[in-house]
Amino acid sequence: MATQTESLTTNGRWSGYAGLLSARMKELFREPEVLFWIFLFPILLAFGLGIAFRNRPVEKINVVFAEQAGSAQLQQLLKSAPDGQKFVIQVQPADQAANSFRLGKVDLEIVPDANGGVQYVYDPARPESVLARNEVDDALQIAAGRKPVLTSSSRVNSEPGSRYIDFLIPGLLGMNLMGSGMWGIGFALVDMRQRKLLKRFVATPMRRSDFLLALASSRLVLMIIELVIVLGFGILMFHMRVMGSWAAILTVSCLGAMTFAGLGLLTASRAQKIETASGIMNAIMMPMWVFSGIFFSYERFPAKVIPIIRLLPLTALNDSLRAVILEGKTLASQTEPLVVLGLWCVLSFLFAVRLFRWT
Amino acid sequence: MNDQVVVRCKDLRKTYPGNVEAVRGLDLTIYAGQCFGLLGPNGAGKTTTIEILEGLLDATSGDVEILGHTWKRDSRALREMIGISLQETRLSEKLSVRETVELFGGFYKQARPVADVIEELSLTEKADARVGNLSGGQKQRLAIATALVSNPRILFLDEPTTGLDPQSRRQVWDIVRRFQQTGGTVLLTTHYMDEAERLCDYISIVDHGKVIAAGTPAELISGVGGQHRVEFALEVDGVDNDIWRKLPGVGGVHQDAGITALTVEEPHLTIPALLALVNERGWKLSQLTTRQSSLEDVFVNLTGRHLRED
Repeated sequence: MATQTESLTTNGRWSGYAGLLSARMKELFREPEVLFWIFLFPILLAFGLGIAFRNRPVEKINVVFAEQAGSAQLQQLLKSAPDGQKFVIQVQPADQAANSFRLGKVDLEIVPDANGGVQYVYDPARPESVLARNEVDDALQIAAGRKPVLTSSSRVNSEPGSRYIDFLIPGLLGMNLMGSGMWGIGFALVDMRQRKLLKRFVATPMRRSDFLLALASSRLVLMIIELVIVLGFGILMFHMRVMGSWAAILTVSCLGAMTFAGLGLLTASRAQKIETASGIMNAIMMPMWVFSGIFFSYERFPAKVIPIIRLLPLTALNDSLRAVILEGKTLASQTEPLVVLGLWCVLSFLFAVRLFRWT
Repeated sequence: MNDQVVVRCKDLRKTYPGNVEAVRGLDLTIYAGQCFGLLGPNGAGKTTTIEILEGLLDATSGDVEILGHTWKRDSRALREMIGISLQETRLSEKLSVRETVELFGGFYKQARPVADVIEELSLTEKADARVGNLSGGQKQRLAIATALVSNPRILFLDEPTTGLDPQSRRQVWDIVRRFQQTGGTVLLTTHYMDEAERLCDYISIVDHGKVIAAGTPAELISGVGGQHRVEFALEVDGVDNDIWRKLPGVGGVHQDAGITALTVEEPHLTIPALLALVNERGWKLSQLTTRQSSLEDVFVNLTGRHLRED
């Protein structure tokens, strides 16, 4: 033995794993870019989109009367209607009124006709114009004495859970788990291979399974932080309500994080250069950014492609996250997306381990 | 040094895809306590050879035995016993020196105390510095620290001082000597003849994947026909080499880029005779130097090429 004088320390079975995991976590937290993309970016995105698509107060309806015989009476009638205060009314000479409507300054032009009736000038392609026509017609008819044929009532519902931000937050969480899984694993591995660090590691008695396990564990630790940050932000900032159990949410997130770690491992299993790996990763993630329902529901795509979209791992993750978080569904009710996700996870790990090159 | 063989390889061959023969029948025997050098130009097959011995590459054919074990049967046990520094490893830049050595120490069943290893490699001052902020020499010492933390019996070093400044090179040499003094065996590759000459007890000169000469540095140098070289240039051309061979004490004559080099045993006999001859013929010397023969001369003598074709 080379050195007899000093005492050697004896390491346990898991010392290599523990060392790798702690090194990985230190590396991640010492990389400012990583902190930005993993933690700050989704929050900024949620904040921006949450502001842009916030539920606005009920807007007033702008209408213009063409000034001619009868317009004063109609104007009075509209003002006296039960909902009369929601209309902003202007009276203009006929040609100017037509111009105001054409330029979009008002939603509807109201032209009184000779025998006490009324003609609406509206644009069926402008939703607010259609709305204005219906609202004004209803108000005028009721004010003129129309009795309802069918008894109806309405109830206002702007509760958390049905807003855009509620739809968005689980989607952002899914997107974040995909991005940080693929980048966090794929990028790190290719970088280590390029640096010959993987080769240096396998030149020690390090167990290769410990290395992959440590990498996967680092993803799980990060996943929990991401989950807390993104959902916590939704809850604190937008008063989002989490309907499902945290255990179910955690389980789905774990499976999602592992699936994308597996895909990251697969894309990085052979690539020698960062450029190659990032190209492959973008090609894999791009369709999911578009199709998997992060920012809008994939139900808007043609019915024929929806079954295919549902087979994408991010779709499965987003669907099950939304079901659990927003609808409070149980894991048992989410068999289909969870099976899809599980298959992606198992298959990508199997292929990755088979293809993986250490040098 | 004793007679225990720690590394033995026989008729080692490695052919890469595309029929590139990197190693073509190489034999090595390394004894315990030796500092063994593989000396050769870039592309001679040194790295391929050392990586096969380290169990990182499979040989196409041939036998390798390390400390009585083979990589096929006892790779885990062997990994515990050897320390490796690869030619080019860029360790993680975000970790500190101490964290890096700790990480590597954790891979072994038994490891040396991290602080001792850091102290031994004169990195104590930098123990908490990030790897990314180290100089080239410090990085290389850290790379060796990750190999020494396992208390290895054999240390494999692939080009340990390539690209380092003279002071850093000497520090690495000191580390290697200290390891050897505590009973360790070293195998290193290098294309620096001064490194091989100063550091190694035994050298195999490798060219085109084969050992073309082997021995202690002194044996190799005496093999070129003399311990000294007398080199000179004449202002006339076309002088036959035979005329120099007849001078007293000349073991060999070489022509290289207009310079005539004589390998001689006793310069005090040869030089006066040389000067007398030049004077008698009425020639003029434009240059005259004398120096000790080196391993570079051995290599040039064997191959007609220089070690470093810069």
